[in-house]
Amino acid sequence: MDKPKKATFARAAARALADTQLRDNLRFATQSLRQKRLAVFDDPEATEALREIGSRIKARGLTRLPRLLEQLEARCQKNGIMVHWAETTEEANRIVLSIMEAHGARKVVKGKSMVSEEMHFNAFMKDHGKEALETDLGEFIIQLNNEPPSHIIVPAIHKNRKQIGKIFADKIPGTDYTEDTDILLATARRILREHYRTADIGLSGVNFAVAETGTLCLVENEGNGRMCTTVPPVHVALMGLEKVVETLDEVPPLYRLLCGSATGQRITTYFNMIKGPRQKGEKDGPKEVHLVILDNGRSRMLADPQLRQVLQCIRCGTCLNHCPVYTRIGGHAYNSTYPGPIGEILMPQLEGLDTKGELVFASSLCNACSEVCPVKIPIPELIRRMRNESYLKRGKGVIPGHGFKRNAVERVVWKGWRYSQTIPMLNWAMLKTLAIAGRILPNVGPLKAWTRVRTKPVFAKESLKQLTRQEGIRHE
Amino acid sequence: MTEFPQNPSTVYYFGTCLSDMIYPEAGMAGIRLLQREGVEVIYPSRQSCCGQPAYNSGFPDEARAVALAQVDAFSGSNAPIVVPSGSCAGMMRIHYPLLFEHEPDYFRVKRFSERIFELTSFLRHSLNATYTDKGPPVTLTWHSSCHARREMVCTEDSKALLRQLANVTLVELENEHECCGFGGTFSVKRPEISAAMVKDKVRDIQNTGASAFITGDCGCMMNISGHMESRKNPISGHHIAEFILERIHG
Amino acid sequence: MSRPSARTQILSRLYKNAGAIAPYTPEAAHWSPPALSPAKRINRFVELMEAVRSEVYRVKGNAWVDALRKLLQTRELATLAYGKKTWCGDLLEKSWAAKPHPTNLIPWTQDIEEFRDELFGISAGITTTMGGIAEAAAMILWPTPEEPRLLSLVPPVHIALVKASEIYTSFPEALKKLDWAKKAPTNSLLISGPSKTADIELILQFGVHGPTDLIVFLIE
Repeated sequence: MDKPKKATFARAAARALADTQLRDNLRFATQSLRQKRLAVFDDPEATEALREIGSRIKARGLTRLPRLLEQLEARCQKNGIMVHWAETTEEANRIVLSIMEAHGARKVVKGKSMVSEEMHFNAFMKDHGKEALETDLGEFIIQLNNEPPSHIIVPAIHKNRKQIGKIFADKIPGTDYTEDTDILLATARRILREHYRTADIGLSGVNFAVAETGTLCLVENEGNGRMCTTVPPVHVALMGLEKVVETLDEVPPLYRLLCGSATGQRITTYFNMIKGPRQKGEKDGPKEVHLVILDNGRSRMLADPQLRQVLQCIRCGTCLNHCPVYTRIGGHAYNSTYPGPIGEILMPQLEGLDTKGELVFASSLCNACSEVCPVKIPIPELIRRMRNESYLKRGKGVIPGHGFKRNAVERVVWKGWRYSQTIPMLNWAMLKTLAIAGRILPNVGPLKAWTRVRTKPVFAKESLKQLTRQEGIRHE
Repeated sequence: MTEFPQNPSTVYYFGTCLSDMIYPEAGMAGIRLLQREGVEVIYPSRQSCCGQPAYNSGFPDEARAVALAQVDAFSGSNAPIVVPSGSCAGMMRIHYPLLFEHEPDYFRVKRFSERIFELTSFLRHSLNATYTDKGPPVTLTWHSSCHARREMVCTEDSKALLRQLANVTLVELENEHECCGFGGTFSVKRPEISAAMVKDKVRDIQNTGASAFITGDCGCMMNISGHMESRKNPISGHHIAEFILERIHG
Repeated sequence: MSRPSARTQILSRLYKNAGAIAPYTPEAAHWSPPALSPAKRINRFVELMEAVRSEVYRVKGNAWVDALRKLLQTRELATLAYGKKTWCGDLLEKSWAAKPHPTNLIPWTQDIEEFRDELFGISAGITTTMGGIAEAAAMILWPTPEEPRLLSLVPPVHIALVKASEIYTSFPEALKKLDWAKKAPTNSLLISGPSKTADIELILQFGVHGPTDLIVFLIE
């Protein structure tokens, strides 16, 4: 089970690292996103205060999650929104499908939704003879090319304009190759506006769902979210159950944190607050609004006070932009709905350590992610915890698939290391051995990995312990 | 903000396992810099490693055992413990309390953690160390370890000490915030990614035009210098303590 | 359409897991950016709106009508959709009745189902607003039966009227002053500029789906 998967991530990472075009695209894009973020969060003290507010809002929300969801449901229903609950992604897909079938719908236009990626919504709809169209420009581009997004916020971050020009020329009939981004944009606009006009259902995600008022908040720049939620006769909103907040007052700080972290904006072009379907007398807006609340393991994650912190995430993607691993290999190498640091702590909890566990080893624990996380998720601490779970005996861990990496060799090595660092005589013996035989260590295992791009470490003839003694430093 | 004891007469020294195994001279230089300020330095001989390798690799039980051995080794008095590494200092100051959060030894460990200081911060804030440069003019750059930067927040202190050296031109490193790819066992568990990271770091160092890079962490130094040597790159790496000591002796 | 038991099972797991081990979590402080004086609010609003490529024209009283007439003519906009029975609509109708104008005024009177195809072909739409926000500049729109949601979205040019006296310092302040939680309509929103994207090489491009131009008359 273990071996082939390990090879898959390593191979994908190696392939990505060898792709110089990809490396250039990623370096350029993530660097400018980091700089833009800093332009908004230019005052470290105010930023820290805001992050603390964001973190507390989300953490407190988790302690009262079921009550907030019940309140949200009641308010939404009062506002005329139909609320559905899905335990699994399969169930969520079936709910949307049945809504579509009830309306004889064939075409659904989609605003950006990470939950829909988690559900593999587009593939499901295709299998059931429905057309699911991405409308966010980045998502539109990669859907043309039949690829998954490689970034939470900038789905086509791995492509440059030449590659995009080629995709348009190849996949959109009657389109010539161009590197002119204005022409590319006009092409997309023409196609997409026609789809909005004719779609049967509009689908969207939810950034914040306000329990107090039953309001669904949607953050976007393009206006495709507004199109999808307003033009078609039916609007279906998908949310992970952690998206609920208690009051409307909690929204502005989270909104600022989200746009500042995601794209380095003080505010996005559009902030939509949807409270229900078209009311009597109103001339537009969907006649039906549905809200699908997805669990998919989230209620289970809540049980552990440390691991639950992953549910504070507001999906800003800034940890990706700051991660030295993500910025080099990009999103596809992770082979996961959520890549980068947030993916490392979320995917194994969603799909099991035995399936996604290799991701928790794709980090140098440099803390760049936790330094910028707008809701202060201690990502490296969670990674350490999940590495530990990877080695636990079956039944001793809490994450599904824990213990997948448990093996006698590593256990013995760390036991040995422990004794060499706790028993002074053994420590002395180890240092002596390294001093004498360090130079002739066989170039295998970890040493082989090390020396692929580095010289062998040269072990000192005399340890600091010996040296200090010789130099007359007081020992104790 | 960390509170620094003022002009203590005695300190403990935690040399780190890497200076024991590979860089004893760097460890020794740190002791000399402390002694130079008139401080008595005690080296507990039962010390070994801070436990970070096991802690980061998913073996907290082993890390705890090693951590407790350090707590015991330094229990002779309440003197401050000075560490010539931002990473090991971060482990002992910030992570020990987390590691023992649910353990009976928590308070003992917590008191130990509060005695931990990174060498350059300690030289600057507790001892107000001043240096007169006797070396020839040189251009160099500074590499900060991730934990020096983000846990011990001592990067500015290290640079402040270097700036006291009149003949040293310090060129800022592009992408200084970025990890060099060491990450302990990360470098051997994800060697392909680690290699890409260290290559980029070396490229940035090269672009500064510096003849040497200085760092406060032996782990990063081993990684970056190791790569440079394998590519026959003439730029040398030095631990800050060793470098300063050499400069003030001319 | 969802399994009733799905709801029960999710909620029972949540009740079991949410509270029982809840670590103490202090309440978040209220976030309110420092208040600005009215003059500063207006200047900041104009400055930030322009920074995201909105065109802002500062006008006194009803002078916006003539300014609008000129603007429609120079840009050769063939049609302008508006809402009847609003102060904006009344002034437009009066002005157009008094003196003909090449731009066709088109009131939105039907349900979207009948109006959709026509709307997608109209050159510009004009709406009133509930005011603006200065600290991170945006306009506040509460669409009404007279001025429906799509009036500010579908036409390629969106013209908006903002009263200077209704500019608030921040979003939190606007939420409070407008009693948003109780009074907001089915769809309320903030708009800070023309529709935009940076999905191709992070190059900022305007008019990806909705309006390519946003023109604001700031009425003082």
